[in-house]
Amino acid sequence: MQHLVQYIYIVSAGLFILSLKWMNTPASSRRGVFAGEIGMLLAVAGTLMAFEVHNWQWIVTAFAIGIVVGIPIAYIMPMTAVPQRTALSHACGALAAALVGTAEFYQRQPQADTELRGFVMVALVVETLLGFLTFTGSLMAMGKLQEVLPQRPITYRNQNAVNFVLFVIAAGLAVRLILVPTDTWLFPIFAGLALLFGVLLIIPIGGADMPTVIAILNSYAGLSACAMGFALNNNLLIVAGALDGSSGLILSIIMCKAMNRSFTNVLFGAFGQVQTQARKGEQRPVRTASAEEAASILESAASVIIAPGYGLAVAQAQHKIRELSDALTRLGADVKFAIHPVAGRMPGHMNVLLAEADVPYDRLFEMDDINGEFAQCDVALVIGANDVTNPAARHDKSSPIYGMPILDVDKARTVMVIKRSMSPGFAGIDNELYYMDKTLMLFGDAKAFVSEILKELPARVGAG
Amino acid sequence: MLTNLELGLFVFMLATFVGMEIIRKVSPLLHTPLMSLTNAISAISVVGAILITGAEHATALSKALGFIAITAVVTNIVSGFLITDRMVKMFKKREAKK
Repeated sequence: MQHLVQYIYIVSAGLFILSLKWMNTPASSRRGVFAGEIGMLLAVAGTLMAFEVHNWQWIVTAFAIGIVVGIPIAYIMPMTAVPQRTALSHACGALAAALVGTAEFYQRQPQADTELRGFVMVALVVETLLGFLTFTGSLMAMGKLQEVLPQRPITYRNQNAVNFVLFVIAAGLAVRLILVPTDTWLFPIFAGLALLFGVLLIIPIGGADMPTVIAILNSYAGLSACAMGFALNNNLLIVAGALDGSSGLILSIIMCKAMNRSFTNVLFGAFGQVQTQARKGEQRPVRTASAEEAASILESAASVIIAPGYGLAVAQAQHKIRELSDALTRLGADVKFAIHPVAGRMPGHMNVLLAEADVPYDRLFEMDDINGEFAQCDVALVIGANDVTNPAARHDKSSPIYGMPILDVDKARTVMVIKRSMSPGFAGIDNELYYMDKTLMLFGDAKAFVSEILKELPARVGAG
Repeated sequence: MLTNLELGLFVFMLATFVGMEIIRKVSPLLHTPLMSLTNAISAISVVGAILITGAEHATALSKALGFIAITAVVTNIVSGFLITDRMVKMFKKREAKK
């Protein structure tokens, strides 16, 4: 049986790889989820059968609780709250890795000479360090996303110095534990420092950087599972952990590029605190329009590109915007959605929110694919997005967002911006798009305003 | 012969490169479900949690920590796969609509 289970693990690892491969298109993605489920089922069943497992009552109870808690989370969770759930699941996965590492450390103490030597101890230390750190870090991220913690970066003097000193102490303890694994009294201090470090690492990071942070934590959670694989000498854990780790890494690189930031800048930069005071006070004129005027412009437009931001989801306007896109399509317009990589609270979030509102996915376009089309487009409709449409990113070297890739909505013939007020976005800076001659500001709640436009439209369409 | 460590590092290196190549090809449309899927997959650490909880001479500490670990990670498996499926089901093409 010991050999059979290794073959089962090989099949599982293959299924996990296929599972991620099938995520390349929406058409095959459900198959991907299914492959992952089968792989997981095989691995769990194989493990339970092949090894002499004792303490069944503990294991069965834990499984039952996990299932009872997991199902409602999956079905009740609104799509706007998916980032929080993702952060929570990173926390859970990392906690599990850390606790298993801790248990292994104490369990193996009697045979420390043979079983806690050299590399196994390195793996255990990495596993618990990453595990505990990701656990509290993810809880902090979740708190920020759920808005129970302040979205603004929390900073204090010498923050980076304090973090650095803590890190050096933790690293010193780690080395000591690797060399002398029997120093068990050091372990709780080490674990405590890792937990503290996770909190300190995330609190100075602002709400706008959460997509990157979630991706980084995703990577850490995967790597801690991977380290567990090394400690337990289990290749399936190494494969699955490495897949998760590389996925998180790639997503965080994509997010960093989309904001023109570096890793170090995201983690230690405390974005957006200095600039907030600047550039206030000057009141420049803007052009505004009513729903009726907006409707008449949209009605005659042959091509419309909608640029949604997270504000759209905050206003719960996804369904209304889909109705608007349907209505305009019936009028003969070509309607597309332009999705900036950081629209939403985690990578790809905006696509899910629009898909939930039944916007067909072949209407959703990535920034790089659609930016060339704005110049030929009659109306660009910006809803709930701000910094990612600011032309200052292209030319104003003094702007904090200079260099960030943006949606080129300002190149469209007419730009409409639905916005509650003139208040600035996350980066705390004014958007010069709003002051352009071809820009019409539509002030109001996104959902209410789109409904108003819709009311104006069908009356003209008639039986349309 | 390879030691376990060397073999493990080999597997790690290959899996990381395979992961990089595959993830790069994932449609950006699906980055959110991708993250919940990889999360569910990395909950394979349930194997380690089962082994530590189910060890014959498991101490009370091992059993307690293992119990929490299994609970946390099974929650991830169940909610991770189900919510990923719920999300990918939402992605429809225009032709599918009337």
